[in-house]
Amino acid sequence: MDANETKGRMKIPRQTMSEQEPRERVRNFYEVPYGFTPEQAIAEAKRCIQCKKPLCVGGCPVNIDIPWFIRLISEGKFIEAAHKLKETNGLPAVCGRVCPQEDQCEKVCVIGKKSDAVSIGRLERFAADYEREHGEITIPSIPKWTGKKAAVVGAGPAGLTVAGDLVKKGHKVTVFEALHTPGGVLMYGIPEFRLPKKIVQSEVEYLRRMGVEIILNAVVGKLETIDELLADGYGAVFVGSGAGLPNFMNIPGENLSGVYSANEYLTRVNLMKAYQFPEYDTPVIRGRKVVVIGGGNTAMDSARTALRLCPEEVSIVYRRSREELPARVEEVHHGEEEGLRFQLLTNPKKFIGDHEGRLKALECVRMELGEPDESGRRRPVEMKGSEFTIEADVAIIAIGNGANPLIPQTTPDIKVNKWGNITVNPDNGRTSKQGVFSGGDIVRGGATVILAMGDGRRAADSMDEYMRTGIW
Amino acid sequence: MYEIVEKAELAHTVYQYKIKAPLIARKRRAGQFVVLRLNEMGERIPLTIVGSDDKAGTITIIAQEVGKSTAMLGDMVVGDSILDVVGPLGKPTHIEDFGIVVCVGGGIGTAPVLPIAKAMKEAGNKVVSIIGARNKGLLILENEMREASTELHITTDDGSYGHHGFVTQVLQNFIDEGMKIGCVVGIGPVPMMRAVANVTRPYGLLTVVSLNPIMVDGTGMCGACRVTIGGKNQFVCVDGPEFNGHEVDYDELMMRNRSYIKEEKAAMEEFTYHEGTKCYERECK
Repeated sequence: MDANETKGRMKIPRQTMSEQEPRERVRNFYEVPYGFTPEQAIAEAKRCIQCKKPLCVGGCPVNIDIPWFIRLISEGKFIEAAHKLKETNGLPAVCGRVCPQEDQCEKVCVIGKKSDAVSIGRLERFAADYEREHGEITIPSIPKWTGKKAAVVGAGPAGLTVAGDLVKKGHKVTVFEALHTPGGVLMYGIPEFRLPKKIVQSEVEYLRRMGVEIILNAVVGKLETIDELLADGYGAVFVGSGAGLPNFMNIPGENLSGVYSANEYLTRVNLMKAYQFPEYDTPVIRGRKVVVIGGGNTAMDSARTALRLCPEEVSIVYRRSREELPARVEEVHHGEEEGLRFQLLTNPKKFIGDHEGRLKALECVRMELGEPDESGRRRPVEMKGSEFTIEADVAIIAIGNGANPLIPQTTPDIKVNKWGNITVNPDNGRTSKQGVFSGGDIVRGGATVILAMGDGRRAADSMDEYMRTGIW
Repeated sequence: MYEIVEKAELAHTVYQYKIKAPLIARKRRAGQFVVLRLNEMGERIPLTIVGSDDKAGTITIIAQEVGKSTAMLGDMVVGDSILDVVGPLGKPTHIEDFGIVVCVGGGIGTAPVLPIAKAMKEAGNKVVSIIGARNKGLLILENEMREASTELHITTDDGSYGHHGFVTQVLQNFIDEGMKIGCVVGIGPVPMMRAVANVTRPYGLLTVVSLNPIMVDGTGMCGACRVTIGGKNQFVCVDGPEFNGHEVDYDELMMRNRSYIKEEKAAMEEFTYHEGTKCYERECK
């Protein structure tokens, strides 16, 4: 590419993805952005200057060959672009939607230094959607069976990545999933309007067609232990059991009716489809005034879900200020467009119930920011005497998760840290127990889909090596 | 899919089912439960595993029709299949030789008591059981409990069978007579479990109750089943279902169990009047 062409490319404006109008979309659960049209995708792809030493690839936790797939899109070769993506990323339609690209590939994009970064995530989504919608999903050729089989615990982002990578290396893979549907947090956590469930299921179907066996309703640790799996002939086991027990605040009134963990609220609505009650049997309290406690992506997902269940008012209560909100800017922006309110520098002190034990209000206190704490963020400090109440009949606590104890309890020789998260060698996902690997939230204690997938990628390479060589 | 291979009516609206689930049958121990989902649109409901047959590969559950899901289950017949059965969940009962164990079952609560009585007896205990119901017609598992226990006492609220009165009165009599009780297991409606705990508390008798809160996933992920035990929040699905009966906040448990009373009523009415009986066969649109 000569200097003139590069200059020309840099003049193309960043393409905008059209979206459902906020007033319309708060009344449904359909996906908010519509995605690029083919013309938009080509225009956006042409903004990429095809760097010789692309920084974006290093910014991606699974090291997708980003310039290559973007070049294919710019040439109109959409299906080929999707195939290129799938060489390194088993779930491109998912990642194109839920990855925080602004902190990863797009953050280091050279174009972004002078104007707006190339929309790598949206192009990824476009290529994957195009392939799926045009019914041209082809299965890569699978090498001859190596004679080895591996077990994967948990069909979430980490486990599915391990499964996909290992079958492509010629191993047999069985995934054990505790819930009745594969997908993990992609199914129970992330809402339909951000990640349509049919997309997750089609990506899972792709893995099944490659030969991955998925056994549902199988709680490893209860039904079979890790040791039993190893004794059953599985050469290696990957534990991707995910985020575990939701944290509560340990303040009075937390067990009133109407007080939910984000996990419960989102599971009821997303996995069990409570938004379609009574057609579906699982109910959820819709409420009139909803308060969501926390400032991360899970809090935003909960709040935007609540907005769609027709309450009069949904607010985020967060103890720090707007600048410290850990949620993606895009999520905060979407929430605000949909009418989400923010009670910043505010912390709940107790939940107040009526005579039937149902939530009616929260007592909160105002906070101010003090000295930075160990996370580098300024520590919120209570302002004495600033207590006030917020009326609410539903409260959703989204302040993170502790580790699920099921596997460590039944496999004591897998070492865990003081929070109960499994400790691994970060380079290869190996745990303290020979033949057992781990990654995703059970190791990280709460991170992103793509980081879990990166863990899965590294673990799969190491599992392959271990099963071939037997060297631990 | 998990096939129903046997079904028996134990009392009015109370049925016993044998369900094909070989892996669970092999692994389950007394005190554990399964979570069922009847069909694609169904909710997840926890039910105690009453027994299992390793050879036949079946587990036994007992359910009373109390809402839409259990009513749909009640309409299912031998040969029908349940879409999802997951388990065995929860911690097994702590079984040891206590000397004398008194097993108290109230109403449908006799079902979860049965496997515990069996296991306690196998561990060498003298098992003295008390089972009660509102009336004779509602009493379940009399023969099975007689076989599982060293001695069996029966009460009915209306006096139509056995001792006229409550299970707690018989328990109080044992204590007054000086029976050397090592452990009391009490399972039934929440007020009955609280009453059992109230009887044994003054004597500091070890009392175990099994809780049945609303659950969703049943594996610790959601916290729907949390209950205050001894001032601490516990998840019944992974920390229980059995707890020290003297430490349970029963009022809170009852309030939480009423969280969806409006929705449950509406769903039941819709089911009864509009959807008809074979609605467990419905398919996802």
